[in-house]
Amino acid sequence: MINYWPLLGIALVVVGFALRFNPLLVVATAGIVTGLLGHMPFLKVLGTLGHGFNENRYVTIIWMILPVVGLLERYGLQERARTLIAGIRGATAGRLLIVYLALRQVLSALGLTTVAGHAQTVRPLVAPMAIAAAEKQHGELEEETSERVKAMCAATDNVGLFFGEDIFLAIASILLIQGSLASFGIQLTPFQLSVWAIPTAICAFFVHGARLLLLDRKLARAR
Amino acid sequence: MINLHWLYVLAGAVFTGFAIGSARDETNSKRWGNAAFWALLAVSFWFGDFLGDIGNGVLVLLLVAIAGAHLIGRGTKQTTSGEERERSSARYGNKLFLPALVIPFTAFIGTLLFNYTPLKALGLIDPKAVTLVLFGTGVILAMIICHAWLRPPALAAVDEGSRLANSIGWAMVLPQMLASLGVIFAAAGIGTTIGALVGAIIPSGSIFLAVLLYALGMVVFTMIMGNAFAAFPVMAAAIGVPILIHGSGGNPAVIGAVGMLSGFCGTLMTPMAANFNIVPAALLELKNQYGVIKMQVPTALAMLIVNVIILYVAGFHL
Repeated sequence: MINYWPLLGIALVVVGFALRFNPLLVVATAGIVTGLLGHMPFLKVLGTLGHGFNENRYVTIIWMILPVVGLLERYGLQERARTLIAGIRGATAGRLLIVYLALRQVLSALGLTTVAGHAQTVRPLVAPMAIAAAEKQHGELEEETSERVKAMCAATDNVGLFFGEDIFLAIASILLIQGSLASFGIQLTPFQLSVWAIPTAICAFFVHGARLLLLDRKLARAR
Repeated sequence: MINLHWLYVLAGAVFTGFAIGSARDETNSKRWGNAAFWALLAVSFWFGDFLGDIGNGVLVLLLVAIAGAHLIGRGTKQTTSGEERERSSARYGNKLFLPALVIPFTAFIGTLLFNYTPLKALGLIDPKAVTLVLFGTGVILAMIICHAWLRPPALAAVDEGSRLANSIGWAMVLPQMLASLGVIFAAAGIGTTIGALVGAIIPSGSIFLAVLLYALGMVVFTMIMGNAFAAFPVMAAAIGVPILIHGSGGNPAVIGAVGMLSGFCGTLMTPMAANFNIVPAALLELKNQYGVIKMQVPTALAMLIVNVIILYVAGFHL
């Protein structure tokens, strides 16, 4: 008999996020509730939570980049990014992000996933450039428009990463697919798998690229 | 051998810097909450391996208590004014980009050197940690260049780092917290339960419906778990292998690769994938913490349709 009660933990996460409680609080509460409903004693749940947290510290390492980004911002990095884009004729937010999308996909496909990212490139470079380009197209940006442009920068980074990285042979997800299928006696090479990431990658470029061109149209029209 | 622990020592130092910088910011009425939050993370990086599982669990509860009780705030301290930044930007010109590009460049060159020269065989760097080690090296190099060239005041790096850290706040540890939630979900058998549920509603006879259910299952389960990696083995065991590959003779490479990519569509639509969706919203100082997700939903849905078509056509008809 399967114990369905731990699924309540998932419901708790969904409700907590929807009601916009502090996400750390939501996640920790859901974890403890799920564990208890799964018949784990409290200390075991606490230990599992702590163990998981400690083992996954590498996820948080990326933030040691902040002092460098902060220092460069102090000396005018964002202003520089804006000046650079303002000087390029024909530069629009959409076109800039299409170039970034292509770059991000190609780099990820070569296995260079950490070369770009939200902290490394989006906040210090891409977002201020896109805002500057949008201001050229649109005049001064209303808050809502500037939010949209910034959010689109982050979205473009994610789309480029997700639909590029699987073309690389030695990426974790390809190895996971290979391993999972191998446990069912289906033997595949990473190459056979990564080839099938290419059609989706190409479609992703056109789908998201089209949305970026639409963004340009909206920016130009509202002028 | 240089492994993750070297990076943890460095990260501990950086988070100590965030704690000091936060404590120094008198414009933040909650500065001691911020300082305590970052200090706890520094403790985790430096001493996590000595605290034991329960000790780490208590540390997690303390972090949650600080964030949950809203004891973290943001200061209004201006490190340099907009005018000063404009002037400095004009003075240093496009060379300002160079230190920022040092980090990706180090990752790029380092990855090439590591993979295509005998460097790997030397055993100098733990192969499992190589991308993060190169990232850390890049950060150190950029830091040295900034200091040698721009000559900022002694505590500027600490202040600027904590200015950004406090603008992100608790979101910074959300991805790590979600990873530990995943560990609990696994221990409580969530994966097997969902696999059994999905397995019970499989339609018989229609390959297209089975493909659709497989892709949607990947999306929904990925949205719940926050990453496609946890979803894939479960959905492969429930539908992918028994129904699509063995039952209907689908191409296993397509079912595997595009199944995972369907999961990625789910990643684009869930706050559980915090490092991709929630953290950037904080990092870009968006008003709506779900702003990035909202932007991604149309692309994700379109790509889901594309993936279902590829699964169906390439998996069964090519």
